[in-house]
Amino acid sequence: MDLILEGLVKAFQLLASLDPEVLGIAMLSLKVSGLATLISLVLGIGFGTLIALTRFPGKKILVSLVNTGMGLPPVVVGLFVSILLWRNGPLGFMELLYTPSAIIIAQSVIATPIVMGITIAAMQQLPANLRLQILALGATRTQLVWMLIKEARLPLMAGVMAGFGGVISEVGASIMVGGNVKGYTRVLTTATVMETGRGNFDVAIALSLILLLFCFVINYVLTHIQQRERPR
Amino acid sequence: MNQPANVLELKDLKVDRGGVRILEIPSFALRENEFVSLIGPNGAGKSTLLLAIMGLIRSESGSVWHRGEEVQSDASRLAFRRKIAMVLQEPLLFDSTVYENVASGLKIRGVGRAEIHDRVQNYLERFKLSDLARRSARKLSGGEARRVSLARAFAVEPELIFFDEPFANLDAPTRQSLTEDMDRIIRDKGIAAILVTHDQSEALRMSSRVVVLNGGKVIQDGSPAAVMNAPVNEFVANFVGMETILEAVVLSNREQRMAVRVGDHEIDAIGGQLQGEAVYCCIRPENVTVSMNDPAHTTSARNVFPAVIVEIASLGPFLRLRLDCGFPLTSFVTRESFVTLGLSQGGRVYASFKATSVHPISKREG
Amino acid sequence: MNHLQKMLVVMLACFILSATALVPSSWSAQPQQKNLILATTTSTQDSGLLDVLIPIFEKQTGYFVKTISVGSGQAMKMGEKGEADVLLVHSPEAEKAFMGQGFGVNRKLVMHNDFLLLGPASDPAKIHGAKSAAEALKKIAQSSSLFLSRGDNSGTHAKEKGLWKIAGIAPEGQKWFQETGLGMGETLNVAAEKHGYLLSDRGTYLALNKKRHLGMEILVAGEPKLLNIYHVIEVNPAKWPKVNTPGAKAFSDFMVSAPTQALISHFGTKEFGSPLFFPDAGKPE
Repeated sequence: MDLILEGLVKAFQLLASLDPEVLGIAMLSLKVSGLATLISLVLGIGFGTLIALTRFPGKKILVSLVNTGMGLPPVVVGLFVSILLWRNGPLGFMELLYTPSAIIIAQSVIATPIVMGITIAAMQQLPANLRLQILALGATRTQLVWMLIKEARLPLMAGVMAGFGGVISEVGASIMVGGNVKGYTRVLTTATVMETGRGNFDVAIALSLILLLFCFVINYVLTHIQQRERPR
Repeated sequence: MNQPANVLELKDLKVDRGGVRILEIPSFALRENEFVSLIGPNGAGKSTLLLAIMGLIRSESGSVWHRGEEVQSDASRLAFRRKIAMVLQEPLLFDSTVYENVASGLKIRGVGRAEIHDRVQNYLERFKLSDLARRSARKLSGGEARRVSLARAFAVEPELIFFDEPFANLDAPTRQSLTEDMDRIIRDKGIAAILVTHDQSEALRMSSRVVVLNGGKVIQDGSPAAVMNAPVNEFVANFVGMETILEAVVLSNREQRMAVRVGDHEIDAIGGQLQGEAVYCCIRPENVTVSMNDPAHTTSARNVFPAVIVEIASLGPFLRLRLDCGFPLTSFVTRESFVTLGLSQGGRVYASFKATSVHPISKREG
Repeated sequence: MNHLQKMLVVMLACFILSATALVPSSWSAQPQQKNLILATTTSTQDSGLLDVLIPIFEKQTGYFVKTISVGSGQAMKMGEKGEADVLLVHSPEAEKAFMGQGFGVNRKLVMHNDFLLLGPASDPAKIHGAKSAAEALKKIAQSSSLFLSRGDNSGTHAKEKGLWKIAGIAPEGQKWFQETGLGMGETLNVAAEKHGYLLSDRGTYLALNKKRHLGMEILVAGEPKLLNIYHVIEVNPAKWPKVNTPGAKAFSDFMVSAPTQALISHFGTKEFGSPLFFPDAGKPE
């Protein structure tokens, strides 16, 4: 008990003093996960909309695969991505292992199915005749897709937030492909594990509090989005 | 030909679904300013027809023509759609303000901001929505939402407008006021229209032409009066509310004046069928008069029969009486009359109707 | 091309664009040979020594060192697979096997520190003053006193296993023998909480004890078998041509150079009163 209290006190001191290393780690987390979320936004909404609006053989299987992908354990993704990026692996020549880019790649792989799955569900939940109404208003195909995405913007945003929430709090992939190199690939989650291992609970708690704060903000926005009514 | 080309023409349109032919229209034309009501039972193909015209569903064969030009390529189809507006059963508004919704069709067409503003204000006013311009579409009542969807359709100032059961689920006063607003604009702007509806009274009120569709085919196409009073077959007759349909045999026919036998009774009618032919005699309930005393020598109605009131049902402002004259006969009377005459179930009355109200249909027709 | 195919192409293009947007930073800013991957152990990293030495090395040579700290076992596996350029480890038996199989070259002695047998002040097994670590372990086993092991194939764990062997005891599976599978710091915390015995390196213990007083005592120390010896090994380029050989050599030379050795000898004295490591470069094994 003392341990925790001591840790909490020291954690607040660290945060209040704006310790540069802690801040640096937090910023890196935001940057890396932010970029990964951006990529997943483009790919997830893009492919998700395409899949939702087109009819093709094997669609059900593909959607099932995407939904399965939503639950990919980050550490598994980390393992496979690191195998790809190893020096002696197929993409070794790109020298991406133990760089922030590697984490971004792995986190994109984690987040994209999440965004894609939610996009597919959201687009398919739009009223069946909305598509007809929009086309009847004289929209081109591009205008149609754009307007449908706009109509579904709230659940789509929720999907993106879910993707972000998933990757900013993952540690398995970050450790494997990032290597937790100080000041370079050390993010909130990997730093927390390391500091805990060293017994530096004050720092670990400080980092955890920041991570919790991020998670709370995400959840708050998500909840806010979900509470709105639907249009007639 | 000086006549302007038809606003819309269909040639040999065929639509299949799941291997079954659900629509087959050899020809159809719509002129400027024409208001056509498309009526028929569920599954008759009414909505399919509208969607096929707009190219929103695939057709097996056939062509759509607009003012003499065939709508064929993707480009011409898009241009065609931009001259039409369609209002569906649900309002299907977008998740934004009323203003944005009404402006959406114009935005799609790339109309300039200033002009959008003018037009949207105009149509908001016409549909009494000016106060709601900034309101979110999510927060509208059913009637308000419907008005917005209409305003949205009219704002693009179409040449041709389609309505697919736009007034379903609205209460009578709302229907009334909306129909009036719509009617006014359509007449002002000279828009051609096709209204798909279940409700025949609506069809009658607004249209200059009624098309009856069943099983994907056009059964009858004519003026409202023609369809209502001269249905071309039993199906149409039933559908348009000919409550009384009697099987009869023609006894004699001299210059269109017929006598037919229904059971043990003889009825005078006007029609072209020949002696010995089997026919259906259709009589609209509005044309059957009920009186307490025998009107035989004081009325021009040729057909007078004593009858017993078998069943009374309320249809709002009037009552439907099922009479037994030796054959079944249905009549509509106002509540007032019902009360004044002191009518009641089981009561004995006299039912009368003119020969001109009896419309015979040849049994094999259809 | 129909719409579906068109959109697929667009999507693929977006994917490739975004992927390439990530890569330039590592391609242009750090050309191939500037990166040096150093595989070392958590305890070495945790002592903080590398946080002092690495920046100096980087400044001197311009290499960008990626310090990957994992257990000794995994560090050597990385060397075996050619995924690291140079190793700094302290597991002599395993290292000899590593060298024997030709995975490493230029194994040089760098420094040593020692392990301590720690336990509760009450010392229920009465190991204080034992002449050898092995003897102490025997007493612990005989009294079934709680003992915490890292159990993670780290250098520390390997050392501990060796000591149990010498003591002739197989502790695995016994109720008093608990394996945490955690790092040194965490295991120390667990032992402190549970009032158990454990083997720890001096550096981690001193650092942790300074932060929060653990309430444990150093019961056995100074015995030759408790020495913890560090070597730097370059990964063999003959086996793995992609290895950054010049970088590895530079690091290896750096670690045994006089200035570095001097730094090592002073490291920790200010904070803990005694140095955490003892430089050994050039000495016979």
